[in-house]
Amino acid sequence: MSTFGQMLISIEMTLNEIIKLTKGRLVCGDSKLNYMLKFAFASDLMSDVLTIDTDNLLLITGLTNLQTIRTAEMSDIQTVLFVRNKKVSQDMIDLANESDIALIECPSSMYKTCGELYKAGLPYVF
Amino acid sequence: MFFNMQLTYEIAGGDFGKAGYASSEIKKVLKKLNLDLRIIKKIAVALYEAEVNIVAHAYRGSLTVEIDTVKISVKAQDEGPGIADIDQAMTEGFSTASAQVREMGFGAGMGLPNIKKNADELNISSEVGKGTELEIITYLK
Ligand SMILES: Nc1ncnc2c1ncn2[C@@H]1O[C@H](COP(=O)(O)OP(=O)(O)OP(=O)(O)O)[C@@H](O)[C@H]1O
Ligand SMILES: [Mg+2]
Repeated sequence: MSTFGQMLISIEMTLNEIIKLTKGRLVCGDSKLNYMLKFAFASDLMSDVLTIDTDNLLLITGLTNLQTIRTAEMSDIQTVLFVRNKKVSQDMIDLANESDIALIECPSSMYKTCGELYKAGLPYVF
Repeated sequence: MFFNMQLTYEIAGGDFGKAGYASSEIKKVLKKLNLDLRIIKKIAVALYEAEVNIVAHAYRGSLTVEIDTVKISVKAQDEGPGIADIDQAMTEGFSTASAQVREMGFGAGMGLPNIKKNADELNISSEVGKGTELEIITYLK
């Protein structure tokens, strides 16, 4: 979705590429490093996340509590990226491991993180 | 073939640490039954929204799921303040959620409309001062 003149480019990327682009740190979910992300959605409101019905979705959020992981679990979201240097708790990691969800911590703000991924071509849901 | 299975989980109002536990257990059962993953996701999202509503808005309640060969019926029942105006509650964006609920990432007024979107049928009955009952039906087709 980067624009070069009139051209619109959408690029799928692996979780590993996303970690590199956002200077993130994988907290759990090593087996997901080659998982293909086709879309991203950013929100701190879990009720909004629950309305999204898209596969291979990266969830970007600043909300670090157990409900973030529950929401991912219920929505079949396998990768969650936490912005603003938020730290995930051991309870969150345990629940994520149980549901096979990868968690990434990244130091930048929501705006910058989304900007980097958008610039790199990762498509939005709407 | 005749098949019928029923599961019930108690839900405590106000306990956000546990919110989603019942939905998660039910989702695991649905996965074991090898149902279509799209249908499982729809039911899981509807269950979770209903469970969070009990935690966020009621005093206590339960989730009951009945599975047979044609459909999956979810009953979410609670003792709580009830809903005075169901049409208003069904409107996207309408919410009376407390600041605490909003801090947990909820209270956008999207839950009930989202349950409707994910279900084949949604029936709501409620009595102010007593409680609320949701019936959510999904056909297996
Ligand atoms: N079980 C319930 N008991 C009492 N009131 C309820 C119940 N469920 C919903 N309501 C009322 O209906 C409103 C709308 O519910 P809905 O689930 O759509 O949104 P919400 O719970 O406020 O926010 P969200 O679901 O987006 O996190 C609630 O704010 C509340 O006033
Ligand atoms: Mg709700």
